Amino acid sequence: MSKPTGNGVNDKLIAIAKENNITTVWDRFMLQEPHCGFGTLGICCKICNLGPCRIDPFGEGAQVGTCGADADTISARNLARNTAGGASCHSDHGRDLALTLLELGRGKAKDYFIKDPVKLRKLAIEFGLKIDGKDDLKIAEELGERILREYGQQEGELTLIKRAPKKQIDTWKKMNVYPKGIDIEVVETMARTHVGVDNEYKHIIECAVRTSLVDGWGGSMIATDLSDILFGSPKPIRAEVNLGVLKEDEVNVLVHGHEPTLSDIIVTASQDKELIELAKTNGAKGINLAGICCTAAEILMRHGLPMAGNFLQQELAIVTGAVEAMVVDIQCIMPSLPDVAKNYHTKLISTSPKAKFKGIEHIEFHEKEALSIAKNILRQAIENYKNRSSKKVNIPKEKMTIVAGFTMENIFHNLGGTFRGTYRPLNDAIISGRIRGVAGVVGCDNPKNESSMCHIDMVKHLVKNDVLVVQTGCSAGACGQAGLLTPEAAFRYAGDGLKEICETVGIPPVLHTGSCVDNTRILTACCEMVKEGGIGNSIDELPVAGAAPEWMSEKAIAIGWYFVASGIYVVLGTPLRVLGSKNVTNYICDEIESTLGGKWAFEGDPIKAAQLMVEHIDKKRKALKLNSLMYAAA
Amino acid sequence: MSKIIASAAIRGAKTIYKEAEDSLNKAVKEKGEGCEVKFPETAFYFPMAYALLGEEVKVLSDARRVLQFSKTLLHDEPSQKIWLPYLGDTLDSGISALLCEEIIMALRYLYNEEPQKDCNGFFSDTILRTLGIQLVDGRMPGFAAILGAAQDNKTAVYIVRELQKRSIMTFVGSNVNGRSIIDQLLEEKVEMGWDTYIVPYGRDTISGIYPLNWAIRGALTFGGHKKGEARECLMYCKNRVFAFGMVLGELDDIKYATGAGAINMGFPIIADTDIPEIRPTGICTYEHVIKEYDHKKIVPKAIELRGIKLKITEIPIPVAYSPAFEGERVRREQMFAQFGGKYSDAFEYVKMVDAEKIEDGKIEVVGPEIDDIKEGGAVPLGIVVEVAGRKMQKDFEPILERQIHSFLNEAMGIFHMGQRDMCWVRISKDAKNKGLKLKHFGVILHARFHDVFSAITDKVQVTIYTKQEDVEKSVKEAISSYDERDERVAGMTDESVDLFWTCTLCQSFAPNHVCVIKPERIGLCGAYNWLDAKASNELNPAGPNQPIKKGQCLDTAKGEWTGVNEAINQKSNRTLERFCGYSIMDAPETSCGCFECIIAILPEANGFMVVNREYTGSTPAGMGFSTLAGTIGGGQQTPGFMGIGRLYITSKKFISAEGGLKRIVWMTKEIKEALADKLKEISKELGDPDLINKIADETVATTTEELLPYLEKVGHPALTMEAVL
Repeated sequence: MSKPTGNGVNDKLIAIAKENNITTVWDRFMLQEPHCGFGTLGICCKICNLGPCRIDPFGEGAQVGTCGADADTISARNLARNTAGGASCHSDHGRDLALTLLELGRGKAKDYFIKDPVKLRKLAIEFGLKIDGKDDLKIAEELGERILREYGQQEGELTLIKRAPKKQIDTWKKMNVYPKGIDIEVVETMARTHVGVDNEYKHIIECAVRTSLVDGWGGSMIATDLSDILFGSPKPIRAEVNLGVLKEDEVNVLVHGHEPTLSDIIVTASQDKELIELAKTNGAKGINLAGICCTAAEILMRHGLPMAGNFLQQELAIVTGAVEAMVVDIQCIMPSLPDVAKNYHTKLISTSPKAKFKGIEHIEFHEKEALSIAKNILRQAIENYKNRSSKKVNIPKEKMTIVAGFTMENIFHNLGGTFRGTYRPLNDAIISGRIRGVAGVVGCDNPKNESSMCHIDMVKHLVKNDVLVVQTGCSAGACGQAGLLTPEAAFRYAGDGLKEICETVGIPPVLHTGSCVDNTRILTACCEMVKEGGIGNSIDELPVAGAAPEWMSEKAIAIGWYFVASGIYVVLGTPLRVLGSKNVTNYICDEIESTLGGKWAFEGDPIKAAQLMVEHIDKKRKALKLNSLMYAAA
Repeated sequence: MSKIIASAAIRGAKTIYKEAEDSLNKAVKEKGEGCEVKFPETAFYFPMAYALLGEEVKVLSDARRVLQFSKTLLHDEPSQKIWLPYLGDTLDSGISALLCEEIIMALRYLYNEEPQKDCNGFFSDTILRTLGIQLVDGRMPGFAAILGAAQDNKTAVYIVRELQKRSIMTFVGSNVNGRSIIDQLLEEKVEMGWDTYIVPYGRDTISGIYPLNWAIRGALTFGGHKKGEARECLMYCKNRVFAFGMVLGELDDIKYATGAGAINMGFPIIADTDIPEIRPTGICTYEHVIKEYDHKKIVPKAIELRGIKLKITEIPIPVAYSPAFEGERVRREQMFAQFGGKYSDAFEYVKMVDAEKIEDGKIEVVGPEIDDIKEGGAVPLGIVVEVAGRKMQKDFEPILERQIHSFLNEAMGIFHMGQRDMCWVRISKDAKNKGLKLKHFGVILHARFHDVFSAITDKVQVTIYTKQEDVEKSVKEAISSYDERDERVAGMTDESVDLFWTCTLCQSFAPNHVCVIKPERIGLCGAYNWLDAKASNELNPAGPNQPIKKGQCLDTAKGEWTGVNEAINQKSNRTLERFCGYSIMDAPETSCGCFECIIAILPEANGFMVVNREYTGSTPAGMGFSTLAGTIGGGQQTPGFMGIGRLYITSKKFISAEGGLKRIVWMTKEIKEALADKLKEISKELGDPDLINKIADETVATTTEELLPYLEKVGHPALTMEAVL
């Protein structure tokens, strides 16, 4: 029996799964308990065949592996390899978008369009291209080539990293972590962590830092910018979240995964009159397209389409019995889905050339025939509607409307309109002490925690303390379900100062900025806060903090690292797997702050973790000699 | 709440758009697309459209383009629930309203419906040139646009008089339910026109565009911005045109929309009715929309809201006031009364307080006034100046306080010396006979603080105590504050800071001179210590005190740093390459001419002498102060000679490269006495408690011939130190 998740919607569906002998992530999690102590502490090494080796954390048994690597080396190497894994995912995501842009420019991906030509031109100029007299497609082609070159580049520097304040760049150069190209740094991390190569833990961690920078200021940032160009730059928009968005009388299609190249085309296809007609002839009222995980965030931000669920809810979505098709691409897709789906009529379709699943039909997706593939997928879903068994349908009632669609760029308009677009009101709010600071609360959800509750409790504590919260991915989903992403939430949850700002601008106290690659929007927004002035001359001086209270993926490690490397204090709900090495733990949780400006902290209690962030923000406010909070309780 | 304003402004903008569209359609229908349309006497076409969109509207079809653009700025009203962000949309609706109002007014001109009776109508370029320059250069502190009508005629008159008193140009117009402030003022026979600074623009809100499209022309004419440089023009208005809107009586959608337009220009709104406020800052300099029911307070509140700096050009006192009188002395026989010095207790103290605690311009004399004082008498005096300002800091207190000296001295018949609780003031018989009172000290200080420190002072209140018990009581707080200030810098060392400060205040007459102000070395004029330089930089970031990052230390003993060398090189116009902070022999500090003391080498004695500016006799160097001064000033590095601030002698870093105080063989008696306590302390620390007595002064020697035997007699340490040359 799995423990209650703390989330009513989930608990109800888990009970239904139980009745039908369907195991879910929570059951499998229980079977894994207790988790391997060596793995948890990061002192198990499987890198070479002298082992596997492990270090005795109590100091009685082996203190080094067969090759002689000690706990410091082993945990640092593991951490660096995890970072490389996460950075690879994001950078690959960016690469695919660059390839799509290139194909579009070359006239081969005809189903795509330049939806934000202004941003295309701006980015092309940033990459040093001459755009005079060139049409959008020509620019797209050249920009695609130029960006892809940066992936393979062996020397030089990344273009977008130059967006960072000078102090950050100087720090990176001084610490020897300033990346040369995107792929080379990931490869080097893998090479250096091979048996018998790099052994000094601080030197290995340099690798982790450098690799994370090619994610945040490289691959992920490219992914965000190109997605805006290809699929449109988000604007504030309403959408619904939670499994209650599934409809009894429509063909429910869920897109799950990460890359918008497919999902955005499916959005287009779902509006096709013929397909809607087909749905009707199959007895449905229409096609209801919704998302899971970050793919959901992509189509929610740009089209206001609903987010049916977070990472942990992917199986439960099928358990509703109302999903005709779940279309998956890459990242965070559980291999268990076919086992769940076999109990229902739900058709699982994998699409990425990079990801296949045992027991899932594969309809490979290619940009060149994007729309026809998308239509084919939808057709299969529609035809599957008749196989839905009404007896098995259990759609929860719970759903919540949210306001999402915030970006670094549209903050300008939201704060100052067309003519006076500016970050001044935000900086002023911080300086005057109406807002204490800004916190990014992001990341996955994890059965180690009560379902999503860590996000919700943490964010409530932050906004109560006048901290404006920015979110992405599943964390935004969690808080969205709890009603924190509505403008009304300011009146219910926010401190008086934050409330006043939300009221003036008309925003929620918690801003949804997109998918997990879109964490880069938070980086660039920090750059704009620095540029606007008055709250620090570099990111590490800003009164800001970050957290991933329920992190689980390697991507979360890479993201955390690039925030730490950019000068931000990052709190994780469960520790990185380094606690078996005092030196590594001390280095990344303390010592590294003196060079990078940011550091890690681990705190499982979301309220205490939020309080750590508040204290950190206060420390930064004090260093900046900012006023005390305007409405702080006497 | 803001959402109410947003909704009203967006609705209002749509209404105004509709009116503009209808008027334009009608005009096009009746007169044709090519019909000329213009405002009288302007080269800027439709000024708002010209500045923001770069449009030159000459005929009706040009106006159509402006109208079409303004439509793109209209957004949906915020929804009842789960609304989308509305601040940006509201600001856009404001711009749309301004563009459409301009079209409406120009069309009224086309139909000869403007100006309205008794009103000015469109403000011509001539007015812009004659009055606008005063507005942007600060002679006219700002302008107010009043919309609506006051609750009664008396209030209307009171408010415009309050503005008039402060030389704030006041535009009056619009109405509440048909009643306009213009008619209220006409009924009360208030003289209106450009000469009286009260100008009626029109009886409806739409005509409120006149003051606004007058202001935007300031950005084009005086700001040098080009047509279409929208953001620059709006920012110019925000930063240079100190205007605000004052809404009397109820508001409607049209007023809100026009207000949203004004806010884009940085002009905030104050109302006397119960409206939602927008207090967070960012588009305007301070709050955007506030209310004030009390008409007695509404004008001061508006001034504070817009950050208008009042200049008091003429100080209303019965004696002449000019820098020319600064050096004037009041001799005993001319004196009516005196305060402080050796004759009674006196102090002066500037303190920072919260704005709510004081009233600007309030001056109070507690105790006997001048008329109650017997001729020739000495009376206790406490001058307490309370200053409030959004940008005021505690660190600025001593800077303001030090100015009391020159501010009071500049009045004819007032003599002031010293500072803090060692000040001494005399008032002449002439001044007393002309009617000068002690309260005028307050009048002077209030006016001058506003004038000289307008960036940091919003409110100044002065209290003058003349009763012994009051002076004794209030001096305590002042003394603890003086001590605090001294301790702050006294506790600091050169090593404890990363930044030093340049001072190039005197480059007007010594073009290559730079002072390097360090915690342990005060500026050579003795007036600026490290904290003062820091505060001065905050007051005036582009001013004479610039931060120097020390950089790498090249020589600890001499006090040489890479960063200081770079700064010295740059600030001395590349004439100096090196600077040693603690040495007089190697790359010493240059001198402008304002130094308090001169330190000069006496090779025969293997040491140095120090002479202060006030000393008129001769020195062992064979020259008096003024001859010496002539040889070392002007910004040259002259090893062996240096101008210094008096307090530097007591610093641990005083020519420490050459051995510090132990190298001083001669010093004037006046310096010795003034610094006696500290010099004794240092002598003790140097392990030579008698050192101060070993240093000769003018009572024992004024030539080297007299000096050397004395030094040998007392066993001065310099004689046995390493050769100075």
